[in-house]
Amino acid sequence: MRSPDKRVPLSRRTFIGSATGAAMIAGVAGTARATIPSLKTAPSPQASATLLKMARDIYPHDRIPDLYYAKAIETIDQKVSGSDATSGLLADGVAALDAQANTLFQKPYTEIALEEDRLKVLKAIEATPFFSRVRSEMVTALYNQKEVWTLLGYEGSSYEFGGYLDRGFNDLDWLES
Amino acid sequence: METKFALDDDSVVVVVGSGAGGGTLANELAQRGIKVVCLEAGKRHEIPDFINDEWASFAQLAWTDNRTTSGQWRVSKDFPNLPAWIVKSVGGSTVHWAGASLRFQNHEWKALSTYGHIDGADLLDWPITGEEMAPWYDKAEYRMGTTGTNGIPRLPGNNNYKVFAAGAKRLGYKEFHTGNMSINSEPRDGRTSCRQLGFCFQGCKMGAKWSTLYTEIPAGEETGNLEVRPQSQALQVEHNAAGKVTGVIYADRDGKLHRQKARVVAIAGNSIESPRLLLNSHSNLFPHGLANGAGHVGRYYMRHTTGSVYAVFDKPVHMYRGTTMAGIIRDESRHDPSRGFSGGYEMETISLGVPFMAAFLNPGDWGRDFTSALDAYDRMAGMWLVGEDMPQADNRITLNSEAKDAFGMPVANVNYTDHPNDVAMRDHAYKQGTAVYDAVGAQRTILTPPYPSTHNLGTNRMSDKAADGVVNKWGQAHEVENLFISDGSQFTTSAAENPTLTIVALALRQADHIAGRLARNEL
Repeated sequence: MRSPDKRVPLSRRTFIGSATGAAMIAGVAGTARATIPSLKTAPSPQASATLLKMARDIYPHDRIPDLYYAKAIETIDQKVSGSDATSGLLADGVAALDAQANTLFQKPYTEIALEEDRLKVLKAIEATPFFSRVRSEMVTALYNQKEVWTLLGYEGSSYEFGGYLDRGFNDLDWLES
Repeated sequence: METKFALDDDSVVVVVGSGAGGGTLANELAQRGIKVVCLEAGKRHEIPDFINDEWASFAQLAWTDNRTTSGQWRVSKDFPNLPAWIVKSVGGSTVHWAGASLRFQNHEWKALSTYGHIDGADLLDWPITGEEMAPWYDKAEYRMGTTGTNGIPRLPGNNNYKVFAAGAKRLGYKEFHTGNMSINSEPRDGRTSCRQLGFCFQGCKMGAKWSTLYTEIPAGEETGNLEVRPQSQALQVEHNAAGKVTGVIYADRDGKLHRQKARVVAIAGNSIESPRLLLNSHSNLFPHGLANGAGHVGRYYMRHTTGSVYAVFDKPVHMYRGTTMAGIIRDESRHDPSRGFSGGYEMETISLGVPFMAAFLNPGDWGRDFTSALDAYDRMAGMWLVGEDMPQADNRITLNSEAKDAFGMPVANVNYTDHPNDVAMRDHAYKQGTAVYDAVGAQRTILTPPYPSTHNLGTNRMSDKAADGVVNKWGQAHEVENLFISDGSQFTTSAAENPTLTIVALALRQADHIAGRLARNEL
């Protein structure tokens, strides 16, 4: 069977031009520098870090680097920044999340070491508009990134390559017919 | 040269909608020398415009104008303003259909006689029989180039089909194959053959799949008798004092209103918009909406009993490669009440890309249980279950007086709740679908709830008696003689099969009827 390469080619990362982007690439490369999103509506580094952690905890994929979660959070930030009704959603939401974390574990969300403990905090705020909006926006903001498709083994459009007809549409070889 | 008809030309037949029903009817009338104006709400996107990217394509093709929902169905909770996934574009939902072209089984035309009375359902026999429909199915299959008919070879099975077929075989199923698909397995009718692109739902960029967009519509235009007007949203059908329809008011791309006069009006806007247009056409003479004297317009909305089973294996499948609906198991489509429900269901392979899988696998879900399934995306196989659902009077399209569209017209509300028969059938189908994959070593199976409806049926039902429905056996309104319904909203009952072939066959039959009556000056 033809198995696609699940590594994201380096050239694909060039879409990020910002200073944050450089930090993100460093993060992917596994250096000590943190990958955090750069946000208009929740500009503090702490808020960005909290949202990144929250995004990972909602849709955890160990093989997807922080870079793509950061991109997703930036996409959501861009969306909510457009309206007065929602421009406070992320900053206020992070404050409420940390308040909940403090109530349950006496520390901010990002300092709760165990994922299962952080999930208890998320469960406690699951019904809020903040959680609901971040979760539902993540469905497209995270999973509609082509690099994420590659990491999950989805090859996407094939038209430009002549379809899958000669590229493994029926190459499954581990079952008797 | 592009044909244009004048707005005040009252000799034309106006067809509302250009999909399986409207596009086919428009062409067939044009071929017989009848002048047709086809009003299509959507834009005209041609083959090169199609985008093989799920969300980008959705933004291009899907009907996303506001609709509201109610009832107990889960779609109303997860996608409250997206009851249906259908197309707003020239070609209608034939642009994104999978291509499955199945005839009804003979007994399905006689649901009431066959199943008997079922509490809470209003079953009826169609006023047409399977025997009467057979020659029209023959014509439809030939025209659409359906594989497995007319000597047309079936398509090759993809990886998703291989898993599905191996499971079917081990489970002892007898009737499974790569389907009767209106997708060219070899070049035919001026169109090339399938290259297994994997984006049937996004518009076939090979043009290998039949769609009215590049078959019926250009063929009709070629005659000089058909004018298709894209971005023309029908708002109201008008009538005279004698109760005959006289024309259609529509809004153009700039929102400007026009009145196209007509000798006959045929509505084929799919089962949400068609009843909405009739209801929005209420008048002093027809206070409850056009053709709604018996109160059935909008009622008996059906969407098929559906669900999906996705299975994770320990080795790669790459289900997204190749045709989206790559094969079928038909053994469960029979009527066999010993299973605990009436009617039957089909099992058909299906595949979603990562973007849609994330949105539809289990809407609203999050956390590791959910993401671990997506982590296995390339080791996943999938099937869709589609069966007959019960016609219920309260499953219906109504006008939502609180919500208006861009032209100030009330939008449609779609109310739907499963009948106990639907629930029993889905449970059985989930169990059998799981068994198919377990038989070939699935590590995990996931039961996915119904997507927003792709099969929308039954809201202008066909009936023998005027008191029981909206249209007669020709799709002609019981109470308005020059008004026809030409889409799946005519369906008396849903049957188990994907509806497009039946919609096309009915449109061909209706065109023959309308042409005959026009020739005899009876309309």
